[in-house]
Amino acid sequence: MTKIKHLIQNFSLQKFKKGGQKMSNVENLVKELVKIHGKNRNSLMPVLQGVVKEEKYLSEDAMMAIAKELDLSTADVYGTASFYTFLDTVPRGKNIIRVCKTITCHMKGKDELIKALEDALKIKVGETTHDKQFTLLTANCLGWCHKGPVMLINDEIYPETSPQAALEIIEKYQTSTKK
Amino acid sequence: MENNILKKVDLIFDNTCDPLVVVDKVLAKSPDDVILDIIDSGLKGRGGAGFPTGLKWKFTRNEDGDTKYVICNADEGEPGTFKDREILDKVPEKIFSGMAIAGYAIGAKEGYIYLRGEYNFLLPMLNKKLEDFNRKIKAKNLDFIISIKSGSGAYICGEESALFESMEGKRGEPRNKPPYPTVSGYNSKPTSINNVETLVYALMICKLGPDKFKELGTKDSRGSKVFSVSGDTPNPGIYELELGMPLKEFVSEFGDGDTKAVQVGGASGHCVPRKHFNDTIIGFEGIPTGGSMMVFNSSRSMYNVLHDYLEFFTEESCGQCSPCRIGCQQLLKGIEAIKKGEKSPIYIEELKRLAATMKIASKCGLGQSVCNPFTSIVDNFREEIIY
Repeated sequence: MTKIKHLIQNFSLQKFKKGGQKMSNVENLVKELVKIHGKNRNSLMPVLQGVVKEEKYLSEDAMMAIAKELDLSTADVYGTASFYTFLDTVPRGKNIIRVCKTITCHMKGKDELIKALEDALKIKVGETTHDKQFTLLTANCLGWCHKGPVMLINDEIYPETSPQAALEIIEKYQTSTKK
Repeated sequence: MENNILKKVDLIFDNTCDPLVVVDKVLAKSPDDVILDIIDSGLKGRGGAGFPTGLKWKFTRNEDGDTKYVICNADEGEPGTFKDREILDKVPEKIFSGMAIAGYAIGAKEGYIYLRGEYNFLLPMLNKKLEDFNRKIKAKNLDFIISIKSGSGAYICGEESALFESMEGKRGEPRNKPPYPTVSGYNSKPTSINNVETLVYALMICKLGPDKFKELGTKDSRGSKVFSVSGDTPNPGIYELELGMPLKEFVSEFGDGDTKAVQVGGASGHCVPRKHFNDTIIGFEGIPTGGSMMVFNSSRSMYNVLHDYLEFFTEESCGQCSPCRIGCQQLLKGIEAIKKGEKSPIYIEELKRLAATMKIASKCGLGQSVCNPFTSIVDNFREEIIY
C-alpha cells in the first residue's frame, strides 16, 4: 500500500520536474511499444513485457509512462506488474538466471547447482552482482522435469546442468557481455 | 483390463499426416457434424479438468454473437508436466490446425495461443511457422487467424478465467463462475479454451474418425494421453499411453524397482502409495491427470515432497480469496511446526480440516485442489510428516 502511495506521489512530482524537458529513453520505448501493440488495456501485458525485455525491470518512470500512454492509473499498472513473477519492479542485472526449485529438479541436484552459481557470482539467491551483469533467482517448475536440474538465463533454457557446466555457461555470458 | 499390458500410442507426435489435409477434410463437412464427431469420440480435456471437448465447442457455437474466440491454453505450469512444451516444439502445425478446426466448428475468426513466459524460447520458431500457417489458411478462404500472447510467470494463469484476465492486461485473478467461458470468456465474448494436447487430439479424431479413437482407452476414459514421467525412474520423458491403465503396470514399466509412491497429476494431484498401486486406475474413472507422473523411491522423504508442494501453492496462490491465500500459508506453517515438535501430532487432524474447508470454500481450482496432495500424503505417510 505504502509503495503505491509513494508511486502516486512520485507521479505528480516527476511530472512537475519533467515539465518542458526532453523525453527520456524509457518514454520513447513505451511510446514505441504502444504504437506496435495498440492503445488499449489489452496491450498492457505486451507493453510491460517489452519494457522488461529492454530494461530488465520496470522502473517507476517506465510504469508512469505506460500509465500515461494507455490512460490507466499508475497504481493499476503497478498492480498488474507486481502480480507477475517475470515482471520485476526492482532493478535486475543484465542477465537473469532462474533455477528451477521444484521437487524433481531438487531431486536431481538443484541445491548443488545453486551453490555453484552463488560461489561463482559471489551473490545469494535474490541478489544482483556488483557489476549488474547477473541476477540469481529461483523459479517454480520450468517444465523440464525429465532433464533436471534446469536453469533459464533470460529466455535461454539449460536443461541437465551440472554445477561445472553452469560455470562454463556463466563464463560464456560474461565474455559475450564484455565484448 | 484385458491383458494388463501398457499400450503405447503414436497419435500426437505422428508426423506422417499433413494437418492441412485434415483441415480440408473438415471444411467439407458442416460445423455441426464436426462437433458431433468430437462429442461422439468422448474426448475430454487433456489439461487436467477433463471437460468434454465436443460439448465445450457446442456450447460456444450455440451462443449468439459474431465475435467468438478459440484459445489454446499453453500455460503449462503444473509441477511435473512438460508434455505441452514438447508438443509445441515438435508438432506446432498440428496445434494450429486443431485451432482452425475449432474455429470453423464454433464460428470463431480469431485464435490465440497463451504461451507461458518460461517457454519464450519457442517464440521465434512458433511465430515463423504461424505466419506461414495463417497464410495457408487464408488461401483456403477460411476466415481464421491465430496469434500468440505471452504469459509472465504465473501458474494461476493456466486457470481459464485468470488466463483471460491476463490477456486483457490485468492481474491473473480467476473470475466467478458462472458465467462460463463458453458464454463469456476473453473480452467477455463466447470463448472455447482448450489445452494444447486436446486440440491435437481433436485434429486426429477428425483425421481418423471417432471410432478409431474410441477403440483406445475405457468407457469412461476414451483415447490416449501424453504422460510426463519424471523423478526416480530410469526412463524419464514423454510417453503417449492408453488411458485407463492400472498404476501397477505404469510402475512396473517406469519404476526403478523401489518405488514408494507416485504423485499422479502434479502438485495439485493425488499421491498414491505402494499399497494402492494395484487398485488405482489412471483415467477419469480413477485418478485423472493432466499428465504429470512423479515417481518417488524409498530414499525420498515425503515430508520434503509435501513441503515443496505447499511452498509452491503459497507462492502461486493469487491471494484473491482468503481460504486459499491463508490456507496455503497455514498448511505450510502447520507441517513445519509439527516437524519441529512445536505442535503435537494431533494437529495434523486440524490441518486436514482446514484443507477440506479450502476444497469447498476456495474460488478456483488452485485452492480447491491443495487438499488432494495434502490429504493423500498426510494420510499415507503420517510418520514421515511427524518424525
